[in-house]
Amino acid sequence: MGLPMTKNVTSKVLMAGDDDLPLYAPQKKIYPQRISGTFRRIKWGLMALCLGVYYLLPLVRWNRGLGAPDQAVLIDFPSQRFYFFFIELWPQEFYYFTGLLILAAFTLFLMNALGGRIWCGYLCPQTVWTDLFYAVERWSEGDRRARIKADAGPLTANRLARRVLKYAIWLIIAWWTGGAWVLYFSDAPTLVRDLATFQAPAIACIWIGILTASTYLLAGHAREQVCLYMCPWPRIQAALTDEWALNVTYKYDRGEPRCSTKKGRDLRALGEKIGECIDCNQCVAVCPTGIDIRNGAQLGCIQCGLCIDACDNVMKRIGRPMRLIGYDNDINVERRTSGKTEVFKPIRSRTLVYASLITIVCAVMLHTLLTRSLLDVNVLHDRNPVAVKLSAGAIRNGYTLRFLNKRGFDRVIVVDVDGPANAQIHIVGVDSVTPDRPMIVLARDATTELRVLVTAPVGEKAEKTQPVKFRITDIGLGEVASATDHFVTP
Amino acid sequence: MSQHDDTDRVSGRSTTGHEWDGIKELNTPLPRWWVLTFYATIVWAFGYWVVYPAWPLVSGYTAGVLHTTNRAAVTENLAQLEALRGEKMKALGTASLADIENDPALLALARARGKTVFGDNCAPCHGSGAAGAKGYPNLNDDDWLWGGTLDQIMQTIQFGARSGNAKAHEGQMLAFGRDGILKKDEIVTVANYVRSLSGLSTAAGYNPAAGKTIFAENCVSCHGEDGKGNQEFGAPNLTDQIWLYGSDESTLVETITKGRAGVMPAWSGRLDPVTTKALAVYVHSLGGGK
Repeated sequence: MGLPMTKNVTSKVLMAGDDDLPLYAPQKKIYPQRISGTFRRIKWGLMALCLGVYYLLPLVRWNRGLGAPDQAVLIDFPSQRFYFFFIELWPQEFYYFTGLLILAAFTLFLMNALGGRIWCGYLCPQTVWTDLFYAVERWSEGDRRARIKADAGPLTANRLARRVLKYAIWLIIAWWTGGAWVLYFSDAPTLVRDLATFQAPAIACIWIGILTASTYLLAGHAREQVCLYMCPWPRIQAALTDEWALNVTYKYDRGEPRCSTKKGRDLRALGEKIGECIDCNQCVAVCPTGIDIRNGAQLGCIQCGLCIDACDNVMKRIGRPMRLIGYDNDINVERRTSGKTEVFKPIRSRTLVYASLITIVCAVMLHTLLTRSLLDVNVLHDRNPVAVKLSAGAIRNGYTLRFLNKRGFDRVIVVDVDGPANAQIHIVGVDSVTPDRPMIVLARDATTELRVLVTAPVGEKAEKTQPVKFRITDIGLGEVASATDHFVTP
Repeated sequence: MSQHDDTDRVSGRSTTGHEWDGIKELNTPLPRWWVLTFYATIVWAFGYWVVYPAWPLVSGYTAGVLHTTNRAAVTENLAQLEALRGEKMKALGTASLADIENDPALLALARARGKTVFGDNCAPCHGSGAAGAKGYPNLNDDDWLWGGTLDQIMQTIQFGARSGNAKAHEGQMLAFGRDGILKKDEIVTVANYVRSLSGLSTAAGYNPAAGKTIFAENCVSCHGEDGKGNQEFGAPNLTDQIWLYGSDESTLVETITKGRAGVMPAWSGRLDPVTTKALAVYVHSLGGGK
């Protein structure tokens, strides 16, 4: 954490080092003030977008043909399928999620290299829901001063009613959040109907309960404590950031020394150098984590930009230039102090590396997704017995073949075997018209497991093991897949 | 009560009064809710004694007012299991053996059930993969003592061989040497003749004509003139590559001298008909079924 190097800031920070302080500080209640401005508008917009996607996405329909779920995004645990619009993934393709996690991490790093804790300030679910819960709190209990006053005074009927109203709305939002969550795991319209008629499975109600409780507690009560004590990202972020990253910064070169408007006017008239910060504390009043941004970059700052709005409103009123607090870094503060121009370097080695890593991972994922096989076969050799000698002296090996048909319709395939000379193939339970090329039907969107026997007349000097390859061919589409194993002679 | 008046400066709480190199321990009694829960569990235990089996007596135990027993629970669970299998297993019971093999779903069900039952009942002799051992036939190959069709396998499982069951397969290899039917040198000669039937090498000085005569006089009634055996008596085919006890001369001499009469138990009393059917289909589908 780069600390600004002005005197008053340093002394303030040092005070926190008093060794008699307990290890665990009790939560200080924070009363963020209503604010309007550019960043507040951005936050409202992103909140609407994030919550809109979260609440409404399960309701989006996507036609996959008869018999297949028509929900655009569905995690179907009983059938072990994940549906995302045109993509259908099987459990063994879970590695795509690894790719998504890598992508998410690099995107987070890139955001951090460009504009600091953009994730924390605008996109993190904790921030989004806490923001929403604060809006409800302001609406029912009034703004900062009203709430401070109410908390200090006695519990009147009016205040109790407002408080109950607040908790009720919080609970409804939390319940809706849990309700939307379970819709991702089951057909949404059916589940909504079942919930409405009290016929929903217990597991749905349990998860709604869990999500309701966690949303209510985290967004309603734990709030900034999650960011300060629970979340690992601020710690990692502090280690990942560099001096060029833009952060919400109090430009102390402009602001210090602080002075009230009137006194400042007088002192300026006398020719003294006075800063533009009028010490109105508006930046502190609006802060959702209750910090003072003028103490410099710090763990508690989620960089939501609300203090920028607060300060800009004040600067506008007193007729000074805006952005005394703004996206900036210490390099520019120093440059301005020594009379140089500001420099911004969004394109530098680390942002290029992050961006290219994101591009590479995206490209690899897209490539594997588009070229993935929709027909596959796996083979498992019998272990006991490994080989069987038949009465006429031929050797037979048994295999379990598992065929995967990832398409949404049944398909007919033929199975060929390449292996020992004159090898014959037989599939148990399949009487094929062409005995050497058994033909089987693979049910749509399913696996089919069959026992396959390969018999070969093996001479005295046969190899102990020979490679054997099973080739399957979709006779309609011409798709092929193969699996290899060994043919063992006892 | 402790006499010390030692209060921690930071937390404002009293300490235990103990001090180790300046480190003191806060006096933190168990929380009240914990203690109350603990007492509640003790009270709960008394109720448990009344309701459930609890105390051992000289020749029994206190049964408890609910009369709960594990055996009843098992019986109930088994009934539930049957109900759960329900329709599918019923289908297995009504379909013919051939129909089961022709229906992929029934075949898969029968093979799954058969594999489990095989592991529980048959594996001790035939091996977990049915590969057999000396004296215990390999069920994967295409050589069958008592026949390899679905019905024959089913019959063998139900009634066994030489099992004492009225419907069991009967017939045994006589002890030609021990009972004085053949002399030592005749046994060696016929053993070499039997080896020659499947193209195995014969000993030096062996007389093929004598071997053929001895075989014709003693063995053909069961094994047939060509030595291809007879499944009516469980007489093995002597011309193929598969030997239940072994094909070397000394083993053959031992077989002819002492006879063989391996026993397969009858399972009809222990396995229900549906399970037996599943088992027959499983064995048949191992690869050697006719």
